[in-house]
Amino acid sequence: MRGKLLISLGFLLFFSLLYPFEGFTSEAAQEVIEKGSSLPWWAWPLLLFIVTFILGIIAVLGGVGGGVLFVPIVGGFFPFNLDFVRGAGLLVALSGALAAGPGLLRRALADLRLTIPLALIASSSAIIGAMIGLSLPKNVVNILLGLTILGIVVIMFTAKKSEYPQVSKADSLSQALKIYGIYYEPATGKEVEWKVHRTPMALALFVIIGVMAGMFGLGAGWANVPVLNLLMGVPLKVAVSTSKFLLSITDTTAAWIYLNSGAIVPMIVVPSIIGIMLGSIIGVKILAVAKPKIIRWVVLLLLTFSGLRALLKGLGIWT
Amino acid sequence: MAKDLKPSEEQLAYAYLLDLGMKIGLALLIITFIIYLTGILTPYVPISDLTKVWGLNVHHYLEVTGIKPGWAWVNHLNKGDFINFIPLALLAGLTIICYLRILPIFFRKGDRLYGILVLLQIVVLILAASGVLKVGGH
Repeated sequence: MRGKLLISLGFLLFFSLLYPFEGFTSEAAQEVIEKGSSLPWWAWPLLLFIVTFILGIIAVLGGVGGGVLFVPIVGGFFPFNLDFVRGAGLLVALSGALAAGPGLLRRALADLRLTIPLALIASSSAIIGAMIGLSLPKNVVNILLGLTILGIVVIMFTAKKSEYPQVSKADSLSQALKIYGIYYEPATGKEVEWKVHRTPMALALFVIIGVMAGMFGLGAGWANVPVLNLLMGVPLKVAVSTSKFLLSITDTTAAWIYLNSGAIVPMIVVPSIIGIMLGSIIGVKILAVAKPKIIRWVVLLLLTFSGLRALLKGLGIWT
Repeated sequence: MAKDLKPSEEQLAYAYLLDLGMKIGLALLIITFIIYLTGILTPYVPISDLTKVWGLNVHHYLEVTGIKPGWAWVNHLNKGDFINFIPLALLAGLTIICYLRILPIFFRKGDRLYGILVLLQIVVLILAASGVLKVGGH
């Protein structure tokens, strides 16, 4: 009971932190650019650290990556240009994936053979996405980002998950690539063998996933998991783990484009990375007492609000 | 058709290098950020000016600050803000290092198809990192 109360208070605090930023109009933003902020310089990175720390907790509890929350929320409520927010978002998602990758690979939950062809497609597409994203006017990016986030909400709300999908026959491409595996499931005490199908269709979808990841600075886990689990028939645990590992490769290529284009500001990136990673560590500990269903609803509401904010900002309706 | 429960040699090699590189990168990031915040090295963009420029799009930001895109940051490693690019580049470059590690394993095992896929991925990663592909902003 005490744990649930603390979690509820935590969310109230988070939303109250965001509220003052919500009044950040374009005129106010312009004034800041001209005169600088009235807040001391350390205030923004400190607030960013606190917000990303909370986002890290929420991301773990809600079963989403940090990137999909980071970009719309920080982009919508902080005075940083979306170019820098997207660059930071990619590095935040990348750092999370790099931290999780070793453990997932060692436990055979993430599969390297499954990852390699998908990552090649997605990472190449992410380069194109990053270059398109940095070339588009800000209002167009905001509109597209808003629509994408709202689409993600629909996917998260409606997509079913299959713990152990039935794959009657592996397709010829996955057989040629020898994509199959086995892992130990502690919950049942059994070994789970898996194989995949519809590999060509999945590769085509990963082109789109890669472009969007690069364009918006999102992690793409929200898309990887349904494609791996529902389309290809990968068991849910392997799909989630492989998706997390896959991000480390997809986001690397896009992150380099942003880095080489000058869209990385250390004072934005570093507090974000440290905040999200520390928050994720705490999130894993809270997961034991939290009710995942309630957190999932909080994440959906948060994303809906942020998606609407980005869309309306891009349309010039809510600036 | 079932594989061994134990991950493959290349998977374990990748995991080992990724773990090591990630820990070094994060530790360095904390150190360089402390150097930046404490002013041990003077930043290229004064911290007090950041609030005036981080609202600009990247094109205007580069114009106003005089920062050159691409790998030009290497010339400013004596500056407090640019020194953070060392661990950031390490974290972003870790995947390339891991792929280089597993490339010979695939060819040694006779798995030419995956060797070629890994080689293509390395080319894509190096192309992204090279600075050849960048955008001037809008």
